[in-house]
Amino acid sequence: MIHLDADDLWVMATAACCAMACGLLGCFLVLQRLSLLGDAISHAILPGIAAAFIVTGSRASGGMLVGAAVAGLVTAFLAAAIRRIGRVPEDAALGVVFTSLFALGVVMITWVAGSIDLDPGCVLYGLIEFVPDDRVELPWPLAGVAVPRAFAWLAGALVVAVVFVSLLLKELRLVAFDASLATAMGFSAAALHSVFLGVTTATIVLSFEAVGSILVVAMLVAPGATARLLVDRLGAMLLVAALAGLASAVGGYLLALCMDTSVAGAMSVVAGGLFAAALLLSPRHGAVARLLQRWALTLRIRGEDILGELHRAGEPRPSPPSAIAEPPPEMPRWERSLATRLLLLRGLATRSAAGLALTPRGAERAEELVRHHRRWERYLLRETELPLDHLHEPAHRVEHFIAGDLARRLEAEVPDASDPHRPGATERNPD
Amino acid sequence: MSWAADLIRLATLEDANTRIVLLGCGILGAAAGSVGSLAVLRGRALVGDAVAHAALPGVCLAWLVLGDRSLPVLLLGALGSGLLGVATIAAIRAQPRIREDAAIALVLSTFFGAGIVLSRMVQNVPGGHRAGLDGLILGSAASLVRQDVFAIGVVAAAALGAVLLFFKELRLLCFDRSFAASLGRPVGAFDLALLAAVCLIAIAGLPAVGVVLVVALLVIPGAAARFWSDRLAAVVILAGLFGAAAALAGTALSAVLPAPAGARVRGWPTGPLIALAAAGLFAGSLVAAPRRGLIARLLGARRLAAPQQGAPDALPEERSR
Repeated sequence: MIHLDADDLWVMATAACCAMACGLLGCFLVLQRLSLLGDAISHAILPGIAAAFIVTGSRASGGMLVGAAVAGLVTAFLAAAIRRIGRVPEDAALGVVFTSLFALGVVMITWVAGSIDLDPGCVLYGLIEFVPDDRVELPWPLAGVAVPRAFAWLAGALVVAVVFVSLLLKELRLVAFDASLATAMGFSAAALHSVFLGVTTATIVLSFEAVGSILVVAMLVAPGATARLLVDRLGAMLLVAALAGLASAVGGYLLALCMDTSVAGAMSVVAGGLFAAALLLSPRHGAVARLLQRWALTLRIRGEDILGELHRAGEPRPSPPSAIAEPPPEMPRWERSLATRLLLLRGLATRSAAGLALTPRGAERAEELVRHHRRWERYLLRETELPLDHLHEPAHRVEHFIAGDLARRLEAEVPDASDPHRPGATERNPD
Repeated sequence: MSWAADLIRLATLEDANTRIVLLGCGILGAAAGSVGSLAVLRGRALVGDAVAHAALPGVCLAWLVLGDRSLPVLLLGALGSGLLGVATIAAIRAQPRIREDAAIALVLSTFFGAGIVLSRMVQNVPGGHRAGLDGLILGSAASLVRQDVFAIGVVAAAALGAVLLFFKELRLLCFDRSFAASLGRPVGAFDLALLAAVCLIAIAGLPAVGVVLVVALLVIPGAAARFWSDRLAAVVILAGLFGAAAALAGTALSAVLPAPAGARVRGWPTGPLIALAAAGLFAGSLVAAPRRGLIARLLGARRLAAPQQGAPDALPEERSR
């Protein structure tokens, strides 16, 4: 059992605030395909931090936060301007801007490196382990209580993110899903986007000192993407993203304690692991679920094909074999045996010494399928130029999906459900 | 006038070390520029970003498992995890609800996070230190030795060779993927080949310019060259030239500029100067390129807006404008 002391809890709480604030805002980045903007901003704020240091001459947080926020906004608007003016693809424009600004930042830091202890490495990894060492006193209502400075800032960021998202949920939803509709409704999508960018940049900047630039990217994108795989509605997505952020913060910290390694790194690994789990196991959109759905569909179609075969075998031989052009397509052995077993289980067929036979219920279903098949063939024959020997294949594919309303409409269109391939069954229109 | 002496030393290539660094960075810049321009045109500009970040866990694992700190071994590890990162992006893209941008950001941050976790473990190993790792993250062109330059040259030449060999196919891929597919070309394989070339270059660039700035070498020359021509061959060649020029200029600057006062480091870092040189080329192209550049387009817009003498259908208020 891991023993956690107060400092551990402070680090965890700070990380959780950061992860939840980033997760909430990140949902909109993921939905608007802006994920890489988070990456770009988190790299490009380096020159802002360096400039603030050069101007103010101190490492006090206030100036650096302002500098970083300005640099972050400059990144977003510069990339947009380059894309518009130079007609450069969006991702390339971002790549140009953030790498240039990052390089500028490294050069500026080198410039003042003699007098400042700002290691580019800590920009990448963050210093969340040292959060409890730097405390501030809270203002009036809680005067006398000292909390870690980073916690105070990030808790503030979380509150701002929650308030922002809940106040503007309707507008944000509109812009995220249909920006042109928003504009057409006389509602400035661009203005809201700018406000959103401002809030996001501020959150990135506040998170950046605690967890480093790369982890900010993980916290922005991974919870939102995880939630996108698990739920469909935006409100639920925000909730799931916040929970996923919380889980990555707590899980990552515990993992880091166990393995004696970087907290920021472990948090992003846990966030990525949660996403991978959702990618595989999400009940509706996961890879496993989709595979199972496909199998279930395959087995249903195979079973219905077997029912049709049994039904046709029981009919009086309708026509010389040449009238049906193609033999029924081959069915893989294991699929046939599995589908047959399912038919037996559902009571649609019985097995006796003579072989497989339809039960009364099975016969009813089989008759319905064959009726749909033949009606579709007749419909195609009437409405298209398809020759007789090309009718079977499309009808064979479509018969599994004719049900309910479609079946009623087809019956109204084509009352005759006899086989169009029988000799003399149909007269083709001469034209 | 020590900088003048430095300049002369540089110009005459007197210093063997400078010669090596210039050669290595130049080759890298040319290869990254031309391969990167294809990636930019294919809409894959930032895959190199993901690959470069995804390389870190491979480097650490090679270090931890093989216990070998020579550059080729570390780079092989980097290549392994970089390719795994590309494969992961492709796997995530197969899920229609997650778009490519999110896939890239996810792979980049998660793999890099894993790399940080592992690198801390490297530090905890007795006798382990991260000097080599930090060198790969931020790049240290000045410490390139002859073998490193040789490795970079081989990798860059391989990537360039692949691009030249499949130039016709890549052209088809970049401009009309669905047409290429309808011709029965294996577009998936070409896509993979292009990604593999990007991957190789990104990894080869790590020791010289580092994780973030190798992206600059891959993206900026291609984006800049696109302003100057509409023909693919010209864009690719020009991007290679831009890349080489930026790399040489940055390297030369870092050798010539006097070290900042009181710095703990020996001189200016090469990677950022290369990236800034490339950014300068991009800004110049954005402003000055014929037809697509800002000036040309402003002039064109003015010509279009200028009132035509006696134009019969011009409305009064348009004339007054």
